[in-house]
Amino acid sequence: MMIELKNIVKEYHLGLETVHALAGIDLNLDKNEYVAIMGPSGSGKSTLMNLLGCLDTPSEGEYHLNSQNVSEMSDDELAEIRNREIGFVFQNFNLLPRASSLHNVELPLIYNGTPASKRKELAEEALTKVGLSDRMHHRPNELSGGQRQRVAVARALVNNPAIILADEPTGNLDTRTGDEIMDLFEDLHDNGNTIIIVTHEEYIAEHSDRIIRLRDGRVERDEAR
Amino acid sequence: MIISLSELSEGFRIALHALKTNRLRTILTTLGILIGVVVITVIISVIQGMNTYVSGELSAIGTDNVFVTQYPWMINSWEEWLRVRGRPKIDSKHFEFIQEYATLAEVVAPEVATRRTVKYRNEDLTRVIIYGTTPGYMVLSDAMPEFGRFFNDSEMQHRRNVCVIGWEIADKLYKDVDPIGKRIKIGSQSFFILGVMEERGQLFDFSMDNNVLIPYTVFQKAFGKHRSLEIQAKAVNPELVEELKDELEELMRRTRGLKVGQENDFNINQQSQLMDVYNNLTKVLWIVLIGIGSIALLVGGIGIMNIMLVSVTERTREIGIRKALGAKRKVILLQFLVESMFISSIGVILGLLISIGLATAIKQASPIPVDISGWVALLGVGFTVTIGLFFGLYPASKASKLDPIEALRYE
Repeated sequence: MMIELKNIVKEYHLGLETVHALAGIDLNLDKNEYVAIMGPSGSGKSTLMNLLGCLDTPSEGEYHLNSQNVSEMSDDELAEIRNREIGFVFQNFNLLPRASSLHNVELPLIYNGTPASKRKELAEEALTKVGLSDRMHHRPNELSGGQRQRVAVARALVNNPAIILADEPTGNLDTRTGDEIMDLFEDLHDNGNTIIIVTHEEYIAEHSDRIIRLRDGRVERDEAR
Repeated sequence: MIISLSELSEGFRIALHALKTNRLRTILTTLGILIGVVVITVIISVIQGMNTYVSGELSAIGTDNVFVTQYPWMINSWEEWLRVRGRPKIDSKHFEFIQEYATLAEVVAPEVATRRTVKYRNEDLTRVIIYGTTPGYMVLSDAMPEFGRFFNDSEMQHRRNVCVIGWEIADKLYKDVDPIGKRIKIGSQSFFILGVMEERGQLFDFSMDNNVLIPYTVFQKAFGKHRSLEIQAKAVNPELVEELKDELEELMRRTRGLKVGQENDFNINQQSQLMDVYNNLTKVLWIVLIGIGSIALLVGGIGIMNIMLVSVTERTREIGIRKALGAKRKVILLQFLVESMFISSIGVILGLLISIGLATAIKQASPIPVDISGWVALLGVGFTVTIGLFFGLYPASKASKLDPIEALRYE
C-alpha cells in the first residue's frame, strides 16, 4: 500500500469556533493508481491535498506514506519527505520567476544534495520527457502557460517521487493546453507513476481510474471507473 | 542536520541574484554600514598615527630627563596660577648647589633663554632664541656639534663671548662662508663662533635649529640675571628617574630652606607629564568619535534588518515553493543570512577602501603617519560578520518559520 489514511481528522480553530475541515477520512491508495479527488469548495479537498502532500499534519489519525508514519513528523522531517516522496504540480505553476526552466527543475535535487553534474543531467532528462528540451534556459515569463506547467511537471518528476500531486493543474490553462497536460499525466501514469489530481472539473476527473468525492470533510463516494 | 554544499551554493546564488536585481536598494542600505566603518577605522588610525607622531616628537624632550622649573608646565586653572605666580626665581645658586650634591644625576645643566636679533655683516635674523647653558646641554639634548666644537668649562668660567650656532643660523647667515672662527652679533654684543650644532629638526612646528647656544654665565652678564633658570638633569640610570626626582626635590627644598609641611615653591617636571595630558585629551576624543561610529553602524544594521524584512515579505511565495520542494528551515535561514552578510560586507569593503583613501590623503596633507593597520581591517571583517548575523538573524528566522501552505497562497 502506497498511501494509508486512518481516521484522519483536521480541525481549525477560528476564535472560539472549531471547524472540522476533515471529519474522519479513511483512504488507501496503491502504487500506480490514478486518482481524482473532487468536491465542492468547503468539502475539505484542499485540506486533504495539503495533508497528502505532507505540507501539514492531521489533528487526529494516522497517515502512512510508503510505510512511513508521517502524521507526527517535525517540519524538517516533513520537508525531507516532501522532497523524496512528493512531486507537486500547482494550479498557478509556482515556478521561481527569475530562474531558468533548468534551474527550476533542479531545485528539488539541490535540497537533497545531488551533485551539480548529476543534477543537470536529471533535470535535462525530465525536461526532455515533458517535451521542453528546447526551452531549458528560458525563464518562466518567456514561456507560455502550457510550457510553464510542463516545467512544473518536470520538476515534480525529477526526484522520482512516490506520488505526483496535482492541484487543479489545468485551472489556469485553456482547454486545448489543459488537454495536453492531461495527456502528459496519462503518459506518466502509463510509465508507472502514482498520480493524484485535485479538481472540480468532471472532464478532468474522467481521465483518472478512480474518483473520490468529498463532502463536508468526509468521503461521500469512492468509485473506480 | 548538516547543510550540503549544493544548498550552500544555492544560498550564495540567491543572495547574489537578489542583490543584483535590487542594486540601488542594496547600495543605499549599505551606506549606513559604510559610514560607520569609515568613521571608526579612520578615527582609530588617526589616533594611532597621532600617538606615534606625538610620542615621537615628545621623545626629543628626553624621556628620562627631569626638569626643575619655577612654574608647573601645565597650569590648569586661574586659582593654580594665583597660587604659583609669587614663586621665587631659580637662579645659578640653585643650579650650582644641585650640580654639587646630586648623586643620582649623570648630568645637570641650566637653561635660560631669550630672543634676540643676530647679525653677521649686513644680514640679520630676528627673534632667534639665545640659550644660556653648560656643556652638559649636549648630553641632555642628545645633540652634538656637526662642525667645530662646543664651548668648554674653562670658557664658561671665564665668561668668554663664545657660542655654538644652530644649523639654520649657519645655513641662513653664513651661506658661502665657514662660520667657525667668524663672529656673530647677538643684540649689541659680539660673539666668537666655536661650532655649528647638528641638524635637529622640528618639535611639532617649532624649529630646534634656529638658536644660538652661549655659556649661561655669559648669558647673565650680557642679558641680565632677572630670568629664572630651568635646571635639567639626567638620571645615571633610567630606572632611577623617580629617585632622582625625589633627590632634586629634597635638594631644592634644602637650598630654599623650606620647612616640613611647607609647599614646594618650584616644580619637578618630566616628559611623561605631557604624554599624560595628551593621552587624556585623546581619550575623550576616542570615546566621542567611537560612539558616533557605533551609532552609524547601529543605524546601518537596522537598515539591513529593515531591508531584509522587506525582502522576506517580497519573497514569501518563493520561500513557500522552496519549502514545498524540500528546503528545510536551516536552508532558508542560511539563504537570508548569506544575503544580509553580503549587504553588510559590501558596506564594510567599500568603507575600508574609502578609509584607506582618506588615510592616504591625511598622511600626505599632514605630518601624522595615518595607516589602516591589519587589525583595523580585521575589525572591519568582524563588523561584517557581527552586523550581518545580528541584524539578519531575525528576518531570516522569520522566513525559515513561514508555513509553506500560507506562503504558497501569498499574493
